[in-house]
Amino acid sequence: MSPIVIEAKGLTKSYGRHKAVDGVELTVSEGEVVGLLGPNGAGKTTTILMLLGLTEADSGTVRILGRDPWREPLQVKREVGYLPDAVGFYDNLSGRENLRYTARLGGLSADEAERRIAEVLEKVRLAQVGDRRVATYSRGMRQRLGLAELLMRRCRVAILDEPTSGLDPQSTQDLLHLIGDFAHDGMTVLVSSHLLDVVQSICTRVALFNRGRIGFTGTVEELSSRVADSGFAIEVAADGIDIASLAADLPGVTVGERTPEGRWQLAAQSDIRPELARRVIAGGGQLRSLDAHRLALGEAYTRYFEEAGHEEA
Amino acid sequence: MRKREGSPFKGIGTIALKEAADHITSARMHLVMLLLLLTAGAAIYGAVNEIRATTAESNYLFLALLAVAHAPLPSFASMLGFLLPLLAIALGFDAVNGEFNRRTMSRILAQPIYRDAVLFGKFLGGLIVIGIALLTLWLLMTGIGILFLGLPPSGDDIARGLAYLVATLFYAGIWLALAIAFSTVVRAPATSALAALAVWLVLSVFWSMLAPLIASIVAPIDPDNPMTVLNQFYALQDISRISPATLYGEVSSMLLDPASRSVGPIFQSQLEGALVGAPLSTGQSIVLVWPEIASMVAAMLILFTIAYVVFQRQEVRA
Repeated sequence: MSPIVIEAKGLTKSYGRHKAVDGVELTVSEGEVVGLLGPNGAGKTTTILMLLGLTEADSGTVRILGRDPWREPLQVKREVGYLPDAVGFYDNLSGRENLRYTARLGGLSADEAERRIAEVLEKVRLAQVGDRRVATYSRGMRQRLGLAELLMRRCRVAILDEPTSGLDPQSTQDLLHLIGDFAHDGMTVLVSSHLLDVVQSICTRVALFNRGRIGFTGTVEELSSRVADSGFAIEVAADGIDIASLAADLPGVTVGERTPEGRWQLAAQSDIRPELARRVIAGGGQLRSLDAHRLALGEAYTRYFEEAGHEEA
Repeated sequence: MRKREGSPFKGIGTIALKEAADHITSARMHLVMLLLLLTAGAAIYGAVNEIRATTAESNYLFLALLAVAHAPLPSFASMLGFLLPLLAIALGFDAVNGEFNRRTMSRILAQPIYRDAVLFGKFLGGLIVIGIALLTLWLLMTGIGILFLGLPPSGDDIARGLAYLVATLFYAGIWLALAIAFSTVVRAPATSALAALAVWLVLSVFWSMLAPLIASIVAPIDPDNPMTVLNQFYALQDISRISPATLYGEVSSMLLDPASRSVGPIFQSQLEGALVGAPLSTGQSIVLVWPEIASMVAAMLILFTIAYVVFQRQEVRA
């Protein structure tokens, strides 16, 4: 078994009376690509900041490569690279100068820094624009420059917070491809996102965050199999009867929205079509259409957080 | 308690040099320096005319260039005392919150350096730029002085001039530390700039009006007791010294005028045996204003410490 690189136990952080992170337990082994999934405000970024030692936890422990990032920050920072959400660079400097600055902060010699900068700019396909001011870079280019910085520092662990946030589909794919390369090069990657498809394509494991807690941890396949059991999406249209009140009585059914075409969207744990059809007819209604399909991974993911939200409420 | 690994000063040079480079090429620095140069030019023009007319026989002509005023123009030292805080505030008001707003702070703090280095580096970078600006102005004044007066500066002129420059740097350091403290506490750069400017206005302009009022309340004069007049004067002096501008004014007057013997009242008994008008040595003048210099250094350190403590405890999310 690969050694554990990131280990968080009972991590808790509150801001006033609001508990941002509530007893998070997380382990990441060497070479893994783990996705932290969850809606905005679920506690992903706060957890990441505590892992990096940029925010002090109220309680719980963190070990990165066996070290406490709050007590031994320099050793941890030497091995861990961080790409924040919407990474910021000095706009008045070129991409190359920005990297040169962080290389100097990291203690690289001038020659070594120049060699590595040329190498990584090539790798992230910014070599042609490396001498242009960062102010002229697109958001995708900035994110790639952020990845170049991690590559330049040759970190063992990369922690990426919402790296594809605000990117167009092509830039997202480019960035995910680069992150995938990290893992092939042996880097351990922890990536947070609120988009399932972002992490689905590159992560070996996912942790679902909701309201400061991790509700599910497992491989993408485990998540998919859970989804396979998690239900059906049903669309029904009928005249002369109120579908919403009729379906609400059925066990395991959540009534969703009504489409402009007059079809009701329902989420059900089992295929309720026969029972639904029987009730419509028994109630004197006229069934116009009735469709069902198993929930896709994305739909199940959304539903997971909706249900978790209802439970909390 | 376990000792921290590595030096808190690692990376400080890199940050300070980058800050200095950013400042030197920034539009705000160019604007304030232009203002300083224009007023310095006017001040030296006035000083040269005044010196030619009145004090051509002084042994300290180059110090007079800095201290002599030709109405309605202020002296170079007075002008510097008023405008230098503006330069320091311009360099420091967005030192920390600017990094948060550019979203560069978390990336910089994720590098293998301590937070200490970021704040020290920013402060040092600002001081380096102010130091370069002051040295340039002083050399410019001296060069113009040589041209117009036709004399080289004496050793005492240079020694006192350098001591004055160091004291001026401490004075600027107070305002730089104040601006950095506001930039640490307040997230919006415009607000931190306004807050620093408000403090500057109160302490540099209004304090001289407020101090007598406060002194008259704290130490009222009793018409039957002449000592109360002296007590009120001392109270006024102490209250006035809360303003760095007062401290700097006292230091300037003592260092740039070798004949000055005190910043406070002098009694007849103290003058017995003294050669009135005889200059003090540079060392003696420095000893006389040592409390003022120490106060300026202390104020700078206190303000920087406030910024340091706040910054160390700050949540870094951007």
